[in-house]
Amino acid sequence: MDYKTGRVAGVNGNLVKVKFDETVIKNEVGYILVGEEKLKGEVIRITGEVADLQIYEDTSGIKVGDEVRFTGEMLSVELGPGLLTQVFDGLQNPLPQLAEKCGFFLQRGVYLDPIPNNEWEFTPCVKKGDEVAAGDAIGSVQELLFTHKIMVPFTLPGFWTVESIVEKGKYAARDTVAVIVNDRGEKKELSMIITQPVKVPIKCYEERVRPDEPMVTKIRLIDTFLPVAKGGTYCIPGPFGAGKTVLQHLTSKNADVDIVIIAACGERAGEVVETLKEFPELIDPKTGRSLMERTIIICNTSSMPVAAREASVYTAVTMAEYYRNMGLDVLLLADSTSRWAQAMREMSGRLEEIPGDEAFPAYLESRIAEFYERAGKVRLRDGSYGSVTIGGTVSPAGGNFEEPVTQATLKVVGAFHGLSRERSDARKYPAIDPLDSWSTYEGVINKKDVDYAYSFVRHGSEVGQMMKVVGEEGTTLEDYIVYQKGEFVDSCYFQQNSFDPVDATVTIERQQHVFSVLLDILSSDYQLKDKKDARNFFNQLRQRFLDWNGTPENTPEYEKGEKEIRTFFEERKR
Amino acid sequence: MQKVYTKIESIVGNVISVKADGVRSGDLAEVTTSTGKSYANVIKLDGDLVSLQVFSGARGISTGDSVRFLGVPMRVSFSDNLLGRVFDGAGKPRDNGPVLEDNMIPIGGPSVNPARRIVPKNMIRTGIPMIDVFNTLVESQKLPIFSISGEPYNQLLARIAMQAEVDIIVLGGMGLKYDDYLFFRDTLNTSGALSRTVMFIHTAADPTVECTLVPDLSLAVAEQFALQGKKVLVLLTDMTNYADALKEMAITMDQVPSNRGYPGDLYSQLAARYEKAVDFEGAGSVTILGVTTMPGDDVTHPVPDNTGYITEGQYYLKHGHIEPFGSLSRLKQNVNKDTRDDHRALMDGMIKLYSAYKDSLEKKSMGFLMSDWDEKLLKYGEMFEKQLMDLSVNIPLEEALDTGWKILSECFLPEETLLKSDLISKYWPK
Repeated sequence: MDYKTGRVAGVNGNLVKVKFDETVIKNEVGYILVGEEKLKGEVIRITGEVADLQIYEDTSGIKVGDEVRFTGEMLSVELGPGLLTQVFDGLQNPLPQLAEKCGFFLQRGVYLDPIPNNEWEFTPCVKKGDEVAAGDAIGSVQELLFTHKIMVPFTLPGFWTVESIVEKGKYAARDTVAVIVNDRGEKKELSMIITQPVKVPIKCYEERVRPDEPMVTKIRLIDTFLPVAKGGTYCIPGPFGAGKTVLQHLTSKNADVDIVIIAACGERAGEVVETLKEFPELIDPKTGRSLMERTIIICNTSSMPVAAREASVYTAVTMAEYYRNMGLDVLLLADSTSRWAQAMREMSGRLEEIPGDEAFPAYLESRIAEFYERAGKVRLRDGSYGSVTIGGTVSPAGGNFEEPVTQATLKVVGAFHGLSRERSDARKYPAIDPLDSWSTYEGVINKKDVDYAYSFVRHGSEVGQMMKVVGEEGTTLEDYIVYQKGEFVDSCYFQQNSFDPVDATVTIERQQHVFSVLLDILSSDYQLKDKKDARNFFNQLRQRFLDWNGTPENTPEYEKGEKEIRTFFEERKR
Repeated sequence: MQKVYTKIESIVGNVISVKADGVRSGDLAEVTTSTGKSYANVIKLDGDLVSLQVFSGARGISTGDSVRFLGVPMRVSFSDNLLGRVFDGAGKPRDNGPVLEDNMIPIGGPSVNPARRIVPKNMIRTGIPMIDVFNTLVESQKLPIFSISGEPYNQLLARIAMQAEVDIIVLGGMGLKYDDYLFFRDTLNTSGALSRTVMFIHTAADPTVECTLVPDLSLAVAEQFALQGKKVLVLLTDMTNYADALKEMAITMDQVPSNRGYPGDLYSQLAARYEKAVDFEGAGSVTILGVTTMPGDDVTHPVPDNTGYITEGQYYLKHGHIEPFGSLSRLKQNVNKDTRDDHRALMDGMIKLYSAYKDSLEKKSMGFLMSDWDEKLLKYGEMFEKQLMDLSVNIPLEEALDTGWKILSECFLPEETLLKSDLISKYWPK
């Protein structure tokens, strides 16, 4: 391979100064040769004849004068059939294969092919002489459940003519399946695998459209009150132990999308292991296949090299965009974006940049915005739609949302699901604070009705606050009923029993139906003597409602349960 | 080639620099001064200028002292000879035993491939009901004890060390008071656990740099024992001193501080250590129990805060007992389903009642009238605190569960406990 060279001139943590011999490109990848090992790094700053490389591995053992090879290419990932079900590190090294090779530990300097060279049944969709451009499909293969389009690399400029293309048949992923040529006579051989720089968003679509279709998570509080749209963005900030990862884990299981990409970025390795062991066993109710078949895991946990952590979210989002361009709905879950931001902070500190708030670099906000802006719903050239939805957790220091990462994230996302320590301590699941959180997307239920239900929660919480001061005696019966109604919405609709097989996941149809009953309860006036009577009435109603929540749909018990509830509250109606 | 350099260019804080060629990042060097020898490691290379961090501190170093590069990174000897021994933060004997130099292994090695990890599944029994019943400790878990100065966290740690069913104990002491070190040594000695213990002790009087090496030394040794199939328990006390040592070094090296003076990579540094907790498939395991003292009892302080994001739960040690609220073992559900069928239900039920007791207690202190129910709860709370929460209670899990049922039956009617009828008919004392 062709490469330019340099020599190490200094080492400071994972920042290595390299004196280069010819020219160097900003953000190109270079390898440092340490004995037998090759350590990957990226050029992040050039001053005079010295390039600063951020090394993705442990840098001990590097000495001044070691040889450096520059590849001339930016940090890239391989895209092609065979990505699904895989587990990669932040630089797209396949971890199970690495374990086979190196055993228990992550040996540095070992880079394996991310995509195995398997055979696929390739069906061409262009013929000799056709004109193609970047992002156009030249054929397809069947990857598990999906028709995986083989596309012209997204980075190729201009128009190209197909000079040759193979017949329908079995080919290995790295075989040449087509040759294209442009008007200057340049030829390109295309295989099923393309490379794409991770920090360059994949465009190659007709237009971006407004995210208008809800992404169902089967969590009532989210779908009804704080919806997320396909192609939208949302964030989940919360202190430790509030259940961020649990929420993301459940979303990754239940979300109504085609493909889920999990970016475990700087968090506990144990949590990834749970997903790894659990997903292959779980059956996706929609397809009847293992959940793993729609999942890709990018795993750069907290003890893995920090610079690769910074790259991991880009690796993940690039894969998401790739599948989006096949007309699929992709959900990217990043846990946690704070660790990613911290990786930037560490690097910025080594570069001795002037720090901003809490020592985060001044470009923190623009990087976060850039990342979330890679989400979106697009209309592709063939008229179909694809989307990338991004959900990121934020781990604010001390659980205080007034910190740079949370604030920068809130500016660019479409929905905010803030977790509260209070609710999680009270074992309320999901621990999303219903009053602080918000969403700008349209959900499955009429906005007016949602607001109506919300008004009870809001007003009820105010009454509750007041009651703490003046006591029950000092509250009017009318206010007390509003308070009870607010509590009722919280305990019967906001909260779900995650251990109950029925209540843990609620379909949209059921949510709509249950919500209509809830509305009837809220909008009725009741004949209640005093506060004790009111408390008893709502306690009994709640017991019935909770039992009903745990009853499977389309059963006689379900209808009976609803009838009981209706008779119970209608009897007391004024 | 081991060249000796005798011109020290600068001495700032604990960092000295010399002009040298062919030195590798992370390598060890020996600095010889008029008062003795000390190790130092290479932390920065800039052209031919090599910056070294001197383990014993730079005090007393002359610009004319000699520096000899050893050509190897920081290592520690690993063999069964370690057992029963005490070392300092530089790996030198603190007891009167011989220096160990066979089978040197590097410290701060690479992390475990997540694809090779397994879901933890074995409980570690401690004999402490607040742990065994309510927040079970699991093999390969990493768990800190959040506490404040003056609480008996070292006593708790020593007790767990003696009672836990593990093969090897590695104790990493950072910034320990000398008395505390003696306490650990004597307690382990009397209980007979010393012969399966290795200690790396940095006391408050020792040089700061050595403090930062203690976790790496302890964990490197623990990892090797685990790979040999041993169940290892690593005790690290106190991780706040470790973080403070990191802070001190970062500040003297002109690093931009992030939060309350701590370096921006505090999270990564702590995580790299705690994530060494692992269960090797087909071999042993490393379990980490740390102590994190919270300055000013403030859990949002950067050290406990970052720790909480890394570890799999935490034990709050307050007023001499492990708090039922806030304490959490994230892995307990992996094991408490297989202990006894009443374990989970009793755990939840008793905590809910204890929380109701706290409400009644508050009402009482505000002078409200106590109802029958309140009186029952007050009785219950008192018994709970005495028979289960008290740290001197030392009973196996099954006995603790039975005690739980006994307390419930002495305070409440069966239906008041909100426990399932089938469990009540099975376990309610007649």
